[in-house]
Amino acid sequence: MNIIQLSVFLENKSGRLAEVLEVLGSENIRITALSVADTNEFGILRLIVSDTDKARAVLKEHNFTVNLTEVISVMASNQAKHYANILRILSDLDISVEYTYAFPTAKKSIIILKCSDNEKAVKALKDHEMELLRVGDLYRI
Amino acid sequence: MDRDELREIQSERLRETVERVYYNVPYYRNKLQERGLGPDNIKSIDDISKLPFTTKSDLRDTYPFGMFAVPMSEIVRIHASSGTTGKSTVVGYTRSDVSTWSEVMARTLTSAGAGRNDFIQIAYGYGLFTGGLGLHYGGEKIGASVIPVSGGNTKRQLQIMLDFGTTILACTPSYALYLAEAIQDNGVKRSQLKLKAGVFGAEPWTENMRREIEEKLKIKAIDIYGLSEVIGPGVAYECSEHNGLHINEDHFFAEIIDPDTLEVLPEGSLGELVFTTLTKEGLPLIRYRTRDLTRLDYQKCSCGRKLVRMEKCLGRSDDMLIIRGVNLFPSQVETVLLEMSEINPHYRIIVDRVNNLDTLELQVEVDEEFFQDKISQLQNLRRRLQNNLESAIGLGIKVTLVEPKTIERSEGKAKRVIDNRKF
Repeated sequence: MNIIQLSVFLENKSGRLAEVLEVLGSENIRITALSVADTNEFGILRLIVSDTDKARAVLKEHNFTVNLTEVISVMASNQAKHYANILRILSDLDISVEYTYAFPTAKKSIIILKCSDNEKAVKALKDHEMELLRVGDLYRI
Repeated sequence: MDRDELREIQSERLRETVERVYYNVPYYRNKLQERGLGPDNIKSIDDISKLPFTTKSDLRDTYPFGMFAVPMSEIVRIHASSGTTGKSTVVGYTRSDVSTWSEVMARTLTSAGAGRNDFIQIAYGYGLFTGGLGLHYGGEKIGASVIPVSGGNTKRQLQIMLDFGTTILACTPSYALYLAEAIQDNGVKRSQLKLKAGVFGAEPWTENMRREIEEKLKIKAIDIYGLSEVIGPGVAYECSEHNGLHINEDHFFAEIIDPDTLEVLPEGSLGELVFTTLTKEGLPLIRYRTRDLTRLDYQKCSCGRKLVRMEKCLGRSDDMLIIRGVNLFPSQVETVLLEMSEINPHYRIIVDRVNNLDTLELQVEVDEEFFQDKISQLQNLRRRLQNNLESAIGLGIKVTLVEPKTIERSEGKAKRVIDNRKF
């Protein structure tokens, strides 16, 4: 049910993000969603890609520090109220969202969520008939 | 041999040494004459405090061969120091010196448990540096199978370790850690290796670093001490008690002095280690100031040896940084790092001066296994590390987490400090 996200530790050094993407590009890996969280000193690049295992292997080969994390992906309209609705469902159940990022398309939006309790979150979203995405779904979009 | 007998031998050898330098080294003759001293004034080892000190700059001033006490025709080997703190210093050995060196290194290796059935992989650099050849001659002397692979080329080191069945590894402690990492990265299982002990030296290392090497490589890690000016490795070595390093004091007489007043300090005091060579012919040295800080313990060791023990070196007075007036040794930083499993003990200290104020930065690698997807976790780590460091060193320090394997690995002496201050 859940989607595996790649997290990459990055020093704040110019060109480092480009290097990650070049490495992935050399293996023809496609990116479905991407976000960068940064602090003054370092950042974490988060990615949903077409071939997670291959991406991880090739990044490790290039000495990047990579971690795999389970995240939830929900499809919703790109209206703010729908995003708000999802977050409200979770907060009502005291499920906290560690981070979230979204990729809007023309009408729809793919929302990625990392929750304090992913399983509980999935159940709650299903109960509210939200459209949860599986790995295969993502690459058809 | 009890200590009285040893003192007799030391006295006799000191008299010979003083005579040798007085008649053969103009530099020493002048220094002694300035003080109104001649060979007749030195009757026993107790008279050593009358003699002048020798420093590295004396050797530089007489570069390259000015302090040799024999004609060059008697010199069979020349080495030079790495010149980490300036112009290199050159040392020469007679045939008898090479034999002394082999003897003291044989003692060192025997103390590490090495014998004729061992395979000693020498991953110290060969060449002008004394590490490689010093270990080499000691290994041959005890009849072990010596593998002179020299430093670097980690892949080949691993291959040899596997194929030849290396039992004793000799290298710098930082390279030992690097090799441990490489063993893991290459999927080599510990059961495939026959390693049992390692002799590590040429740079100061902490007890924590020893623990880490022993755990990762599953070996006994023995500290060895030496400096090229005195002879090279083989000046002092640890026994299995890990309770200080036994000094080969029938060849090298040790004193501890206050580096500022130059007074000899009472037994057990922390101060600068000073050596007088007692048997060397090529380059005899009188009261050579090592810049290494340690203490001496004359109690008999539980291993049975009566040789004086020096404490594991805390650091060199040369390595000591003065940051905003506070003394800082890189080994203090290292101790804190090794206590935290979330980071690798690969680090770099960067000192700079901004608006007349010294700044201190530590760059340290995040352990790959520790890295998860959370910013807060990394920030906590950074904060904790910073707090631990600040309370250990008494100085503000900026901590920067860097990507694993980005800090340059050393295959010789680790370069831990970058001081960008201009004085």
